[in-house]
Amino acid sequence: MADDNKKNLDHLFVLTEDNQQSNEKINRPVTTFLQDAFRSLRRNVAAMISLVVLIIIIVMAAFGGQMNEYDSTTQNLSWAKMPPKVQGLENIGWLGLDGTDSETIEASTVEAAKERGLARFKNDEEHITFDVKSEGDGTEDSAKVVATHDVYASKDMEDTYFWFGTDGLGRDLWTRTWEGTRISLFIAFLAAAIDLVIGVAYGGISGYYGGRADNVMQRIIEIITGIPNLVVLILMIIIMGSGIVSISLALAITGWTGMARIVRGEVLKLKNQEFVLASRTLGAPNGRIISRHLIPNVASLIIINTMFTIPSAIFFEAFLSFIGLGLQPPTASLGTLIDDGFKSLTTYPHMLIFPAILISVIMIAFNLLGDGLRDAFDPKMRK
Amino acid sequence: MARYILQRLGYMIITLFIIATVSFFLMKLMPGSPLGAAQEKLSESQLEIVLDKYGLNDPIPVQYYTYMKNLVQGDLGVSFQFDNREVTGILLDRFGPSLQLGLQALILGSVIGILFGLIAAVYHNGVIDFTSTIIAVLGTSIPSFVFAGLLQYYIGVKLEWLPVATWDGFEYSILPTIALAIFPLATSARFMRTEMVEVLGSDFITTARAKGVGKFGVVFKHGLRNALIPLITIMGPMAVSLLTGTLVIEKIFGVPGIGDQFVNSITQNDYPIIMGTTLFFAFFFILVILIIDILYGIVDPRIRLTGGDK
Repeated sequence: MADDNKKNLDHLFVLTEDNQQSNEKINRPVTTFLQDAFRSLRRNVAAMISLVVLIIIIVMAAFGGQMNEYDSTTQNLSWAKMPPKVQGLENIGWLGLDGTDSETIEASTVEAAKERGLARFKNDEEHITFDVKSEGDGTEDSAKVVATHDVYASKDMEDTYFWFGTDGLGRDLWTRTWEGTRISLFIAFLAAAIDLVIGVAYGGISGYYGGRADNVMQRIIEIITGIPNLVVLILMIIIMGSGIVSISLALAITGWTGMARIVRGEVLKLKNQEFVLASRTLGAPNGRIISRHLIPNVASLIIINTMFTIPSAIFFEAFLSFIGLGLQPPTASLGTLIDDGFKSLTTYPHMLIFPAILISVIMIAFNLLGDGLRDAFDPKMRK
Repeated sequence: MARYILQRLGYMIITLFIIATVSFFLMKLMPGSPLGAAQEKLSESQLEIVLDKYGLNDPIPVQYYTYMKNLVQGDLGVSFQFDNREVTGILLDRFGPSLQLGLQALILGSVIGILFGLIAAVYHNGVIDFTSTIIAVLGTSIPSFVFAGLLQYYIGVKLEWLPVATWDGFEYSILPTIALAIFPLATSARFMRTEMVEVLGSDFITTARAKGVGKFGVVFKHGLRNALIPLITIMGPMAVSLLTGTLVIEKIFGVPGIGDQFVNSITQNDYPIIMGTTLFFAFFFILVILIIDILYGIVDPRIRLTGGDK
């Protein structure tokens, strides 16, 4: 009877496969630290846009100068200070890329204003158009006329296009701007690289060996950071002369202390942790512990810090050029271009505007990308 | 506390000594004679007299000793550019406009920045918060000279609201002050927002609210006070940025300050003024940092315990 019952019930029970182990598995692919960081970086819209913008700027810095037929050093005084003109965009007035110079002139009557407008643009009557904004009533500065001078037509160069205009010596600013960007970026990357090597080595040694070495090395850093950056920069440039390498060196000499401090602090924290002890127990020499265990763990901080070093190096290069300690002509950098642009700001603003926009965009993009990387690598530092 | 201040003063003196020594030997390494082109016009005996007068015939260690002795007494030597004018005198003449500009910018920037940060934190994640974040990013990223150029062109040249350059009364200082204030404004707004968000989330604010303190009282009396303390830490970087800022801003707006003089001296190769200004900047900077550190030590006793070793 009991056997019968068992037989009848047997078909209700089906043996299942042994999947105990796979049930316990957490079904998510293993992500490494770097993958995790880049995943959260990808979600940061501002940082990703910055990254794309920076890549475009770097590509343009490398190849932009070759995109038209002009080079950066050939001078042609008859082409001096020509306004920007771009194919296709020349008919959109507000962009200011139509190859004309214009000026608003105020005088007591419209005639007087036109007279002055003619004088302003070398009496080139044929190519000046007047736009009367206000007729005026004879009192001083009541009439307002906008005089527009078609510079390209007046030079019989209707088919020529200087995309960013030309500078005071007739050099093409498009080419000079991108070559300048290339040099500014090169200086910044070089400075950041020197910074990184010195800072990581110094901070690593100081933090790892500790004791008296650390004490002495920290005192040295304290004294160096006590000296204002600006002072060291200026002294270095005065001794070494201004050139690409000396500017990068001067920037690195003032910049490495920040990196050294960060690396030291982090190494100090890490060196007593178990994985380091384990490695040491297995007989790893100091060099191997530093390079294989400590540095990779500090890598995120190093990357973040470098991301912020680059824009500050770009700024200081521009700053040095601006106060007259930067690169010497005919070499162009963003700083020297901006410096040149300021000299004729009131009459030919195009000479300042393009390099100024470019340096601002580069700085903003690097800062946003740096912020994004900091958030991605270290959630604790997120603000 | 006294020990901490003494330690800091010691570092300050060592730093200044190193800067002074380095700048002295650099001056000796400079190519060319301090007399410049005038040297060729002098006869041998005249040259001898002039060199003797300025102590340039002495051996280098003696010159170094005299230089240091003069330096301690505040004598920075004689300018090449302006005949026989003392560097110290030139610097003091030029200090006024720079100081005025710096203080105006610091006050304007930090007051507006703090307000901005405060409002952003109170209306956390709102429109104002978003705007202030954008302003902070732009303000810390865009170089001050670009900003100065924009102001000068649009407000000075195009709209003609304010004078473009030179220095002749208060309205002339408005544009350079704004250009200089943008960095302190952006940094303090950014910093203030972070601190304030943290403070407003803390327990004592909840307690104050529970007690029935009004919104105004909570934000200003309980919140602002506590958020202001860490703001002292960013005063140092701000002072540095004002210093670098004055160099370019004064050049752009033609303000007759120390920065403008310094930039001119660089183009004129006037080494005594360059070195003198460098030392002056270093001294000023180190003094500001010292004052900030001591202030912070007074306000926040936790700093003193570690004795600045961090």
